[in-house]
Parts: sequence; structure tokens; C-alpha cells
Amino acid sequence: MALKLEHVTYIYGADTQLPVRALDDICLEIPDGQFIGLIGHTGSGKSTLVQHLNGLIRPSQGRITWNGRDIWEAGFPKKELRSSVGLVFQYPEHQLFEADVFSDVCFGPNNLGLPREEVQKRARRALELVGIPEALYGQSPFELSGGQKRRAAIAGVLAMEPKILVLDEPTAGLDPKGRDEILGQIAGLKKETGISVVLVSHSMEDVANYVERIVVMSQGHILFDGEPRQVFRHKRELEEVGLAVPQVTDILHRLSAAGFAVDTDATTVPEARDTILKALGGKWDGPAAGRGAMGEKEKC
Amino acid sequence: MGIIESSHLSYDYVKLNEEGNAEGVTRAVDDVSLSVEPGQFIAILGHNGSGKSTLARHINALLVPTEGSIFVDGKDTAKEENVWDVRQSAGMVFQNPDNQIIGQVVEEDVGFGPENMGVPTKEIWERVEESLRAVGMYAYRKHSPNKLSGGQKQRVSIAGVLAMHPKCIVLDEPTAMLDPDGRKSVIRAARALNDVERVTVILITHYMEEVIYADRVFVMDKGRIVMQGTPREVFSHVEQLKALRLDVPQVTLLAYALQKSGLPLPDGILTAEELELELKKLRDRKNAAGGAAGAKEAGADGWNVGEEEPDAVDGGTA
Amino acid sequence: MLRDITLGQYYQTDSLLHRLDSRVKLTATLLFIISLFLVNNLWGYVMAAAFLAVCIRLSHVPFRYMVKGMRTILFLLLFALVFNLFLTPGTPVVRLWKLTVTKEGIRMAAQIAVRLVLLIIGSSLMTLTTTPNHLTDGLESLMKPLKKLRVPVHEVAMMMSIALRFIPILMEETDKIMKAQIARGADFESGNLIQRAKAMVPLLVPLFIAAFRRANDLALAMEARCYRGGEGRTKMKPLVYQRRDYMAYAVLLLYFAAVIVIGRILPI
Repeated sequence: MALKLEHVTYIYGADTQLPVRALDDICLEIPDGQFIGLIGHTGSGKSTLVQHLNGLIRPSQGRITWNGRDIWEAGFPKKELRSSVGLVFQYPEHQLFEADVFSDVCFGPNNLGLPREEVQKRARRALELVGIPEALYGQSPFELSGGQKRRAAIAGVLAMEPKILVLDEPTAGLDPKGRDEILGQIAGLKKETGISVVLVSHSMEDVANYVERIVVMSQGHILFDGEPRQVFRHKRELEEVGLAVPQVTDILHRLSAAGFAVDTDATTVPEARDTILKALGGKWDGPAAGRGAMGEKEKC
Repeated sequence: MGIIESSHLSYDYVKLNEEGNAEGVTRAVDDVSLSVEPGQFIAILGHNGSGKSTLARHINALLVPTEGSIFVDGKDTAKEENVWDVRQSAGMVFQNPDNQIIGQVVEEDVGFGPENMGVPTKEIWERVEESLRAVGMYAYRKHSPNKLSGGQKQRVSIAGVLAMHPKCIVLDEPTAMLDPDGRKSVIRAARALNDVERVTVILITHYMEEVIYADRVFVMDKGRIVMQGTPREVFSHVEQLKALRLDVPQVTLLAYALQKSGLPLPDGILTAEELELELKKLRDRKNAAGGAAGAKEAGADGWNVGEEEPDAVDGGTA
Repeated sequence: MLRDITLGQYYQTDSLLHRLDSRVKLTATLLFIISLFLVNNLWGYVMAAAFLAVCIRLSHVPFRYMVKGMRTILFLLLFALVFNLFLTPGTPVVRLWKLTVTKEGIRMAAQIAVRLVLLIIGSSLMTLTTTPNHLTDGLESLMKPLKKLRVPVHEVAMMMSIALRFIPILMEETDKIMKAQIARGADFESGNLIQRAKAMVPLLVPLFIAAFRRANDLALAMEARCYRGGEGRTKMKPLVYQRRDYMAYAVLLLYFAAVIVIGRILPI
């Protein structure tokens, strides 16, 4: 079960005077059970890319395949694709509409034409996965707190039991507490269900601790695609396109440039602490060794 | 006397049931006394529901205290006749950039406040120009706000308040819905107002890295002020801030972790530059003291490598 | 798709028409529309069209941009056309099954089509060259006499201007919610009329809530900026007639007189 994008290009307003190349020759594969961070600036094309994944936007050029089949060929079951690739939009709580939380979560599986017991079973499981207690099932979704609303909305997509869950800026507008809760919950459900998760964000710091692969987009291109520590080695290039590496990485790069023998690959606070202590205790001449050439854009 | 003086201010939200009777009371702000001097840059930190936005709305007389009082520029906000004066001396910028721009053209929106105040036409134009220049949006004066980025819209909103010539500006989570670039540009504009125009700024936020330049920081939780002081003083209480679920910058966390491992670093390090400088100082000191011989062995002089209890530093990981 | 609606949208550029006083433009639009309904011969329409063409030239708004806006009302136009074509009694020309096309029908349909197209382009030219603020200022000023009858002129004008500002925002919102519900398997396109109406609920409820949330925020923001109705308000861009405005009035009167003389009196 894999979703594959081959040389996908998308042009906005092709028939106007100012066509915009929102996506330019994108090659990307989303395999089973991977946790991916999709990072880019506002306007980098990441939101457009995301809408290609479940067939909401048709590429101008290139093809998208799901299990080897072109999703735009005649007779391709779109509904099935949309249940397999669950897409959670920015501010998903704005799509809530039912009188109670439980019915709202049932909306997705209901649309799939599943029998009632199955629908309810899925809704229950989805709500459990995002940590909404049973006491709230009967409440109006509009009476929940901000963080709860968002989790209920995510459950609405989860209840379709997707193989790939795509979340567009799931932490936008939340405070740090709400943000950590949501990210923690997503990491937890990823672990529990084993599905693939694509986390779209403009903050490296937010996703660095969770994902196993980072795809960086800029101006419709994929700039880097690799493990977080590989991607963060390109501090300068990232800064050039307006993205910041996590503060920890930034500090380690500074120290390395100042002659400290620190391992600039560390991405978390404890790792950074250990390498700094080691550098201060031991030798500190020359920059850290052991840089790989990985993390470049994968060619396809 | 300060520009804002609140004493024992409390505010209750009353929840009404369907018949319109009081069903429950929530105390959103609880016994807050604070004083702000003219020209200060004040930051109020706290997570959602901590009461910081409710407090902010008191400064603009959009809400009046249930108990206690608040004086803005010497005027009691609870008095009906003061409302318009208060709103003029304390401007307010809100969170959602789309929902506070009234005009269809940038300059017309900036002129909206002065129009309401009855400022003569010629002066409105002068104010609009100078306000747009102050936030760096003069080049966009003829643009439609719909075509601007979030950060630009927020700067237009700031200009809209500035054109009313307020003594103080309250920014209520102006960056919560913006991306990092937009956030930076808005904070830069707010700092410029304070530095150049000498306007008192009250910044309400949950991003700690935005408050490091403030003169004074108040931390709110459950409607109360639980910490206050200079950024450095507040940021030195890492454990307490984490208990309040606030977003301590990674540099501060790292400095704190290093400190706990035995490095003699000062409290409340706020920026990467500072940490780099302090670590360089340490290295130089060590080189000078131990010479070439002593400094070779790792962890030999009391700095424990990787032996800290794991929950002390988690960098925000769940 | 929803972005294509240009009706009621301001097109930003600089031109004589953009600089004209909005009261002139409002009066002109009104007179132009009246002239369309008074005219009843070909020369009259030719004159009206020529007048409009000159105005479009002067406005610096690309003609293509206006035509794009027309697409959305094509359906209305076709409906009026077909309705008149088949249902006007008179001398039969062509017979299609049970429907008869009459000579009068063709004439009527053509007339209606020309009128509608001119009317819509004419009024969109006004909104394209006038910012909503100017437009409402102009309306407010022209309707001032109604204030004596206790009509809340300023409030109505303000409401209109805000509605205009929020149209594109709500359009975008509709687009987003629609996509979000499609991603949850919603189907807005198939089924009979009742099923389709029912399918709109997941779109309309969130849209209403969003509109109310925005309205609430906006009211607060306006209040915070000392808004308290029209009393004691000054204007950043007060309406003051310039020389060009008086000239425009003169040209307008000339056009109106000419079009009536030619359009009503001259035979085809």
C-alpha cells in the first residue's frame, strides 16, 4: 500500500496572464507506516501538495498512483482513496457541524456506506485514539475547548480508518500546551495503529522530535528529503529559504564554528547537553567529524 | 501614577442557561493588581484560558471589572463617560488578522479609527501616512487587505491603532495565527513602536521567545498573576514555567540542563548568542586555569555527562 | 471557481473613472439603466453600447476581466433569452415540436439580452472602479434626505461596505469547508434534488458559524477603535465635487438627452 507521486507539476490559473507554478516536478513516495514531516514556508506549495494526495486537486502534469494504479484513470474509486488517505485541513474544527460530537465523527464512515454497527465502532475507536472521553460524546462539538474541538475533528477523519493520515498544520493557533497534547496524541496513534502519518508544519522544532523523515519544500520544489539530522545539516540552505533549524541545532552549529568539538547532529536538548559537556571536558580543536553527504533530494 | 493601574481586579463570566438565568460563574481574572509605567514594554504570558485575554479587554474598556478597579491614563474604565477616552488612549490589536480589518483598502482601514474620533480630514491623512510608515506598510497603502499575508495584515491593524495616537497599545496574541516570518515582522513592529514612538506596549502571547525584549513579564495562570519580573528573572525559573506548560525556549532549556550538570552558567539565558558567549568564557577560564594538562579528561572535574534524571529535560517531547 | 465572481469587486488601478466622485458614478449608473429601458430602437442601443465602451476604455479595467464576471450570470441570461424566445406571441417563424419561435419573440429576446448584458456590465463597471467605501459614502450622501424619515442611512451604508469586504473571505471559507467535507467522503454532486439539499448541511452549518464568529470579532474590533455610529464622525475621504465631476455630469446629461431623442424618436 503506497502512494507515489511521479513528476507532479501543478499550475494555478493556467488560463490567466499570471500562471503560478505551485508544484514543480515533485517526486515523492509515502510507504506504509512512516512518520513524515512536510516542512515549508507559507506559499511553498505544501498545502497544494497535500490536496493532491487524496485527489482533491488534479495535477497539471505527472501522475499519482495508489498501489500502482493511477488515481486519475477512468473508473478509479475516488471515495475509497479518500478514505485511505485521510486529510485533516488547517483549523479542522471549522468543519464540525453535527449536533453532538459522536454523530459528527460518524459522518465520514457513514459516507462510506458502512453498516451502522461498524460506523459506531469506528467512531468510538477514533475518539478513543484522540483521547476524547466518553462523557463528551453527547455534547455539542461547539461547547468543547479549542484543543478538544480540534481532536474531535481529527477523529472525524480517523474514523474512516485511513492508511495514510495527512495533517495540515494541526497545531496552528493552539497554545504550547494544546500543541504538545495534539502532537503527543498523533505520535501515540501512529504507534498504536501503525498507519503512515504526514505532518505538515512550518516549524522544524515542532516536528523534529516526532518524525523519522523530513521533506522540505520551497517554491514548489522538494529541497531536501531525509532523516531529520541529515536535513538539519543544511542549516545555511534552510535559512536561505526562510526556515529555521531547531534552536538546539543552531547552537551546536555556532559552537562548532567557534572551535568546540560538538556533534552537530544532536537534535534534542539532552543530546546537545551531552555533546557540549563532552566537548568542554575533552578536546575542542576543529569542527566535528563524520558528516555524511546524505539528505540531498532523492532523485526519481 | 502609571498609565495602567489595576487594583484587586476580578472578572466573572456568567454562563446563562436557555431561560437566561445564571447557571454558573467562572472567575476568569482573579485579584490582579498591576501597574504599568508609561513607555514600558510589558509582556503577559500564559496559556489559553489563563485569563490573559480577559485582562487585556479590561484595558480597552471592552469589559469592566466585576470587583476591584482599573485606571487607564488616570481614568476609571468602569465609568460610562470615560469609555471613549479610554479606548482612545489604549488601542487594541486582536488575534485574527482577517476579522479586524474594516476597510477594503489598507489606507482606508487605518483611517477608520481617526474618523470615528472626529479627527479633521487633513490630519487623518497625516496620521495614516505616519502610522503606515511606522509599521513599514506605507508601500501597501493602496492595496486590498485580502491580498496581504497574515503578518502584513497584523501590521496594518497595528497602524490602524497607532493612527488613533494612543498612549498604549494592547496586542492580544497578535502572532498566534502567523508563520515564523510573519511573527517576527509583527514583533519587530511592536518593538519599534516602543523604541521609536515611545508608546507603551502590552504584548499578550504564549510564545516565550517573543518576550525576551520586554521590560517586564507577567505570567498568568488560572486568572492570577503567578510570576513577574524581568525576562531574565522569570526565565530562570525553568521548572516552574514548565509546570505551567509554557513554551520555554530551547536555549534556555539547554542552558538550564547544562547548569544542572554542574556548569557554572548564569541564570536565565535567553538567546543562542548569550549561551555561545558564556560557553566560550568557560572554555577560556578552564584553559587558563588548568593549562594544557588538566582539561583532557572528560567529566573529570565534576561535570557529569549524561547522568541526569531523564525527566529533567525533555525539550517538550511527549 | 468561486474566485471568478467579479461582480461587486473593486479592480485596483488608476483612471479617470476611478477618480470620479462616487455620487457621479452612482447617478450615472442609475441614468444609464433608465436609458436602457426607455430606448426601443437599434440606434438607441448602439449609442448606449458606445457610451459604455468609451467608459470601459476610460476605466483601464481589462474587458476580459468583466467578461469573466459575466460567466456567473450566463444561466440567468440564457433563461431570459429562452423564455422570451418561445413564449412571446406573434408571427411564427420557426416551429420546434410544440414551441413556436415568433418574429416578436426574436426581437424581444435580442432586446432583453442586449439590455441585460449592458445593464450588468454597466453596473459592474461602477463597482469595479469604486471602492466599496466610496460607494457606500456616495450612497449615504445621496440618501441623506431619507435621514429625516428616520432611515438609518449611515448604518445601512456601513453594513453594505462590511458585507462587501467579507464576500471574498467567506467565498474562500466555503471553498475550504467544501474540500474538507469532500475529504470526509461527502458528495455534493450526485443524487436528486432532496439528497443534494441535504448534502449542503455539512457545508452550511460551519459556514454560518464562521460568519457569526467573524461578525462577533469584527464588532469587537470596531468598538475597540471607537466606532459608535455615524454621529460625530469625520471622513478621511470626504466627497467634494471637483471640476471633472461637474464635467462628467454635463456629459451624462448630454448622453441621456441624446439617447432618448435618438432611441425613442428615430425609427429603425
